[in-house]
Amino acid sequence: MVALSPSAPTPARAPARASRRGRRATLVAWGFAAPFLILFLVFMAGPIVASLAMSFTDLTTRDLQTPFNVDFVAFENYVRLFDDPRFLRSLLNTSIFVIVGVPLTMALALAVALALNTGIDRFRTVFRVGYYAPVVTSIVAIAIVWRFILQPDGLLNAFLGWFGIQGPEWLQSTTWALPSLILMAVWRNIGTLMVIFLAGLQGVPKEHHEAAMVDGANAFQRFGNITLPAMRPTLLFAAVITGIGFLQFFEEPFVMTRGGPLDSTLSTAMYTYNQFGFGNYSFASAASYVLFLAIVALSLIQFRLLGRRD
Amino acid sequence: MSTITGGTQMTDAAGAGASTAATVTGAPRRRRPRPRWWLYVVLTLGLVAMVMPFVWMILGSFKTNAEIRQYPTNFWPLDPTIDNYTQLFGRLDFATFFTNSIIVASFVTLGNIVFSSMVGYALAKLEFRGKRLLFLLVLGTLMVPGVVTFVPLFVLTANLGLVNSYPGLILPFLITPLGVFLMRQFMLSLPDDIIEAARIDGAGEWRIFARVIMPLCGPAVATLTILTFLASWNNFLWPLVVATTEDKYTLPVALALYSVGQNAAQYGLMMAGAVVVVVPVLLIFVVLQRYFVQGIALTGIK
Repeated sequence: MVALSPSAPTPARAPARASRRGRRATLVAWGFAAPFLILFLVFMAGPIVASLAMSFTDLTTRDLQTPFNVDFVAFENYVRLFDDPRFLRSLLNTSIFVIVGVPLTMALALAVALALNTGIDRFRTVFRVGYYAPVVTSIVAIAIVWRFILQPDGLLNAFLGWFGIQGPEWLQSTTWALPSLILMAVWRNIGTLMVIFLAGLQGVPKEHHEAAMVDGANAFQRFGNITLPAMRPTLLFAAVITGIGFLQFFEEPFVMTRGGPLDSTLSTAMYTYNQFGFGNYSFASAASYVLFLAIVALSLIQFRLLGRRD
Repeated sequence: MSTITGGTQMTDAAGAGASTAATVTGAPRRRRPRPRWWLYVVLTLGLVAMVMPFVWMILGSFKTNAEIRQYPTNFWPLDPTIDNYTQLFGRLDFATFFTNSIIVASFVTLGNIVFSSMVGYALAKLEFRGKRLLFLLVLGTLMVPGVVTFVPLFVLTANLGLVNSYPGLILPFLITPLGVFLMRQFMLSLPDDIIEAARIDGAGEWRIFARVIMPLCGPAVATLTILTFLASWNNFLWPLVVATTEDKYTLPVALALYSVGQNAAQYGLMMAGAVVVVVPVLLIFVVLQRYFVQGIALTGIK
């Protein structure tokens, strides 16, 4: 465990000495980890466990000063949750958001990454910076800008007007509000995946492409048979992190629609926040744990689908 | 670039060797890839779509309310005004929100650098009992979303009396699993020899950490600084819950609450607020963009 110094003691005394040193090394190492560990247990691990525990109680805002003086209600919160049409609606909205948004973001980001990687050799940095810029900006600020762009007399409808198209009232329409938020989320997340895919493309063996070109494979065949298989781990990683992010969408409806019109953009995270705002802490915890389980489940499904087949 | 050149040489060789076979497979057509002008066109259109909201935001922040009510809206402000910014820092207290954001982000960043480096060093370079468990803890919580923990975290914060205080805004973010992971990955790449040499010279682990390891961690620290500062700057859900009076609002909280409050219809004012939140970050990003890419490289994917 511990490297022996040149002045090693005689073999007979070595084990006792080494174990004493091992203990000391362990102590020093935990010393390095201590501040992290304390903060971690108090502010991260603790709340994760507490959230689960709270979801089985009737804790509300009145119990804030005495959080341990509450009743155990078993699965009552969860039963009520799945009886609430608004919660079910929020699950549906979140599912649509993920099922449409994640593949769309991945496809567009992959297209951009491929174009930047193989198709062009000038202005690559300009494109990379431009496509990545939305990622680093505050969702709140961006959502406000998009709210004005999507107004009935906003920039987007003015643009569509050039082509003689009468755009809908994007955010005020139960049909178009959710697609509008998806559009914005895709816009915001392309950059992250583009950078990840660009990195992944560096790992695709060039020799394979060259060999395939000599054999006469066209660009689509090479993409399907060489690039995609080699990119599998990257695609998996991208799908997982994007899925986790999209499942939690909150800022967009908070700023742009407040979950409306008629709950058509109410997300599960937003529902959780609303219940918290009403003071229903245990109920909000239960809702957040359903979301947490959905995140775990989605990650597992994606590992199954995209993970190594062998 | 090198891919294209390499590929061309390959086909050249094939073509020279057997020109008929090359013609059949169509290789000569790919000998010199045509300038793919259409790719530039598509990428540029995409780029315009990506940056247009930012352009629109900046232009809008200089427009008067009268101009905004016109339809169709002018692209360029006809009568540019800084009135929106005057209001933002006068009638509304954006200077305070800006300062709050800076304070919170600075402490969060400092904490992450110090604590992540320490535990990263232990995980990368020390042998001890429980190391695997510690690392699994870090990995296991890497992807736990904030929405799962914020309710009990709020109950805890309330009981510690930290609601609507700077410590309440800062403490939960002083460590991030991602920061630990990033520092560990970087430190793994540092050679063990220098640590051994320092040990032989009689330096203790703390001294080795501070004097030998940390000076070599510049790139990782730079990346961690940028990523953490930005994450804190843009953080929304927790400050929204914890900051209950205006004097503790961070920029995104203030902006979000104003944008759904009585100032909601003040288009130019809201755009100016968005500019104050977004533009400093965009400038930092454009100047330091290679560190962002490095961050992604350090946290796992090649």
